[in-house]
Amino acid sequence: MANLKTTEKKTKAQSMGLHTEVLTGKTQQKFFNPDEAENFYYWGTYDVDFNKRTELDVNDMDCKEANKKIDELMSQGYGTIVIKNPQGKHSLGVGILNKLNLIFEGSLGYFGVGSIDGPTVRVNGRVGWSCAENMMAGKVVIEKNAGSCFGAAVRGGDLICKGSVGARTGIDQKGGTIIIGGDAGAFTGFMMQRGRIVVLGNVGINLGDSMYDGTIYVGGKIGSYGSDAIESPMTKSDIDWLKRKLKVAEIGENFDVSKMTKVVAGKKLWNYDALEPTEKKGAI
Amino acid sequence: MCGIAGLIHRGKSSNVGQELQGMLQALKHRGEDSTGYALYGDTDGQNFIMRFKVGENVGEGSSSVMEDVSVYDERKKIVDSYISQMGAKIVKEERTLPYSLRYEIDYDKGDLLEFSQKIESIPGVEILSMGKSLEVIKDLGNAKTVCDRYNLGDLVGTHAIGHARMATESGVDIKSAHPFWGYPFSDVSVVHNGQLTNYWNNRRILENKGMRFMSECDSELIAVYLAEKMRNGATLEEGMKDSLSGLDGVFTYFVATKNSLGMAKDTMAAKPLVLYESDDLVAMGSEEIAIRSVLPQEIDTYDPFDGEVKVWQI
Repeated sequence: MANLKTTEKKTKAQSMGLHTEVLTGKTQQKFFNPDEAENFYYWGTYDVDFNKRTELDVNDMDCKEANKKIDELMSQGYGTIVIKNPQGKHSLGVGILNKLNLIFEGSLGYFGVGSIDGPTVRVNGRVGWSCAENMMAGKVVIEKNAGSCFGAAVRGGDLICKGSVGARTGIDQKGGTIIIGGDAGAFTGFMMQRGRIVVLGNVGINLGDSMYDGTIYVGGKIGSYGSDAIESPMTKSDIDWLKRKLKVAEIGENFDVSKMTKVVAGKKLWNYDALEPTEKKGAI
Repeated sequence: MCGIAGLIHRGKSSNVGQELQGMLQALKHRGEDSTGYALYGDTDGQNFIMRFKVGENVGEGSSSVMEDVSVYDERKKIVDSYISQMGAKIVKEERTLPYSLRYEIDYDKGDLLEFSQKIESIPGVEILSMGKSLEVIKDLGNAKTVCDRYNLGDLVGTHAIGHARMATESGVDIKSAHPFWGYPFSDVSVVHNGQLTNYWNNRRILENKGMRFMSECDSELIAVYLAEKMRNGATLEEGMKDSLSGLDGVFTYFVATKNSLGMAKDTMAAKPLVLYESDDLVAMGSEEIAIRSVLPQEIDTYDPFDGEVKVWQI
């Protein structure tokens, strides 16, 4: 468990302003030491060839059958899989833990591409609630709109929606980047703990409610701020990062990122448990 | 958790019975305790259509007490005599099931409050709907079961709303099933997905104002709440906007009238809704798969935001 004491020593990420707390003691960096090869063994993963391409029509399959079939194709080395007729089915493309080009020609229902770690996913339609929940790594691009809880509890990777999203986008987010081309609903960044959310359009009420850490950038109007979410000045590193990220995401061309509003945690709720009862009242 | 679905054809009629059956059947995993349809059929607009029940479905996991069919017959006889006493005439009579009836009634006085109060003064009798276009059909089981049981597949009309119910707040019975009629307004119906937390406070207030509740299902409050607002002169849309602050809890609900269909979503956007909107059709449901049952081709859909109210006309 990381020790959250403040020290003078800063990591490169901290000096860039990516996160503000300074970790000491046994951290995740140690757990994933590249010298320890056994830590990289991942059960249920496949070595795939991106040049090996196939199509899968899931029109007559339920989600279990479709996911099993995707797994089977990966085990045969297919690195590019095109899914035809997803028809808004739930839980398609979940639990993929290796590199893969996965393309959905259509829309997904709830819990699409959840708990993934590595694949690059493109959805040519829209997605329902909780798309890419718990994503560890990879890139997911949604061409149309997304439902609520978009990117709930994501830990890493890039999650991009070119349209608008529902409520509670990035709820409980623990890392990674969520980029929204359109508007976002209420409670965006609710209880987020790390990572970044970028919304080019407007956001609804209670933005960043009870957020612990992380950063939210908003291009349009903000319905209202949630508890403990505060505005922070944009820095040059913010602007550079946003420009780079939007370019890579192929979204918001010519968008003036310098005029975006940056929202961070006020951290008055951060050490809530350590506060005296009277102080808790003040914090709320 | 329950699922709701609705659609409205603008400028034309369609086989809304079959279409809604497909939408609700796609949502059956959200609840199969009961399924209900509010169908707005093409009629000549002359007579009132009254759907009512003289008993409960006591099979299929029902929480109702079994009664002898002779009791239903007795209640039906009293209904018939009361209709006659009110100066109304039964033009057509259908008894689909022993406990479920459909009457076409020639009634020109227009005061449905007095009429309904008289009919519902008979213990065990409940009017499910009354209107010149609306027909509420609800029973235990999934969408296909109810559709087949009541032969709804051929019903042609302009719009419809429906509900697949997982019973949480009240019993597994027809009286707690959705849709709810906006008593005593002709052709008003409501379906709801969610939980209302100020049900009893609102119910006490509304009952003191003379409004009627038939069940202990929290969703019935929406129909009564809107009916009370409309009774005091508010338009449907005004009533719906008012409900966003007047109703506490989490909800997405649909309300339909003879010419319109509306949706409202609570201020926390806690309950799902996916919406497809074009010039000639609006279709919406708790999940995209409901819409896909009527529009299998690739379409643009979206989730309405928190606190949104929308109303469409036929």
